[in-house]
Amino acid sequence: MQQEWIWGLAGGGLIGIAGAVYLLINGRIMGASGIIGSVVDGTAGNQTWERVWFIAGLFILPTILSYWVGPRDNFITDNLWAIAAAGILVGVGTRLANGCTSGHGICGMSRLSLRGFVATVFYIGAGGLSIILFKHLLGVV
Amino acid sequence: MRGLFAFIAGGLFGAGLLVSGMTDSRKVQGWLDIFGEWDPTLAFVMGGAMLPMAIAWRIARGRNPALGGLFPPKPEQRVGRNLVLGSILFGAGWGLVGLCPGPSVASLSYGGIGGVVFILSMFGGMWAAPMVRSRLDAALVTA
Repeated sequence: MQQEWIWGLAGGGLIGIAGAVYLLINGRIMGASGIIGSVVDGTAGNQTWERVWFIAGLFILPTILSYWVGPRDNFITDNLWAIAAAGILVGVGTRLANGCTSGHGICGMSRLSLRGFVATVFYIGAGGLSIILFKHLLGVV
Repeated sequence: MRGLFAFIAGGLFGAGLLVSGMTDSRKVQGWLDIFGEWDPTLAFVMGGAMLPMAIAWRIARGRNPALGGLFPPKPEQRVGRNLVLGSILFGAGWGLVGLCPGPSVASLSYGGIGGVVFILSMFGGMWAAPMVRSRLDAALVTA
């Protein structure tokens, strides 16, 4: 258990360095939902290629690493209906709120953005309630 | 150049998500699940990520990005309905299966059919979001 905290801290540090690189070099905020969502809905404009490269790195490096460190799994539920519903909720919600865990959470809160804190309180609160409802009460996941 | 550093940033982000265990939906759900076997890892990941990021914001002050342009200005600090409602919808989906946008891409190669279904439905939700937003705005005007 203790070791997992250390990996969490180390991995978190890498995520923070990634955000620092994207900010200080490219001058952009590292928000996954904005980067992905604007490419999906075609609103990225002249930043499209920059964002496609970001997504490519986000996909390719963990793919290589996962071969190197051994097989990995996301341990997601087998209930495909729940997965589809969750995907739609995450897609609509993050675009409506203009950010997710990376944009509002890591980048927003670290610059003491009120919107970042408010968003984080609501998505963590809703996440906790969602687990109570779907796992403990309904047992669908 | 922009593409290269975007690729590097994306790669570091993905590596960090993998190393920290955040592409494992059990660890995310474990943190959200206060009535289960609570897993504190996510708090360490957030803390570990916010520290370099806070330093980066500090460095950014009074400077310009290395590749030119300007740093993004702090958005108007308006806490509106879209921010709150969007975050609630996002949190509900995040809690339900334990994936958010970054890890869904990072874990796609080993996430199986579930990972693919998740990312495709997330794209669908993202694609539909502008329509949902304008519907909500219209409903507010007529209400």
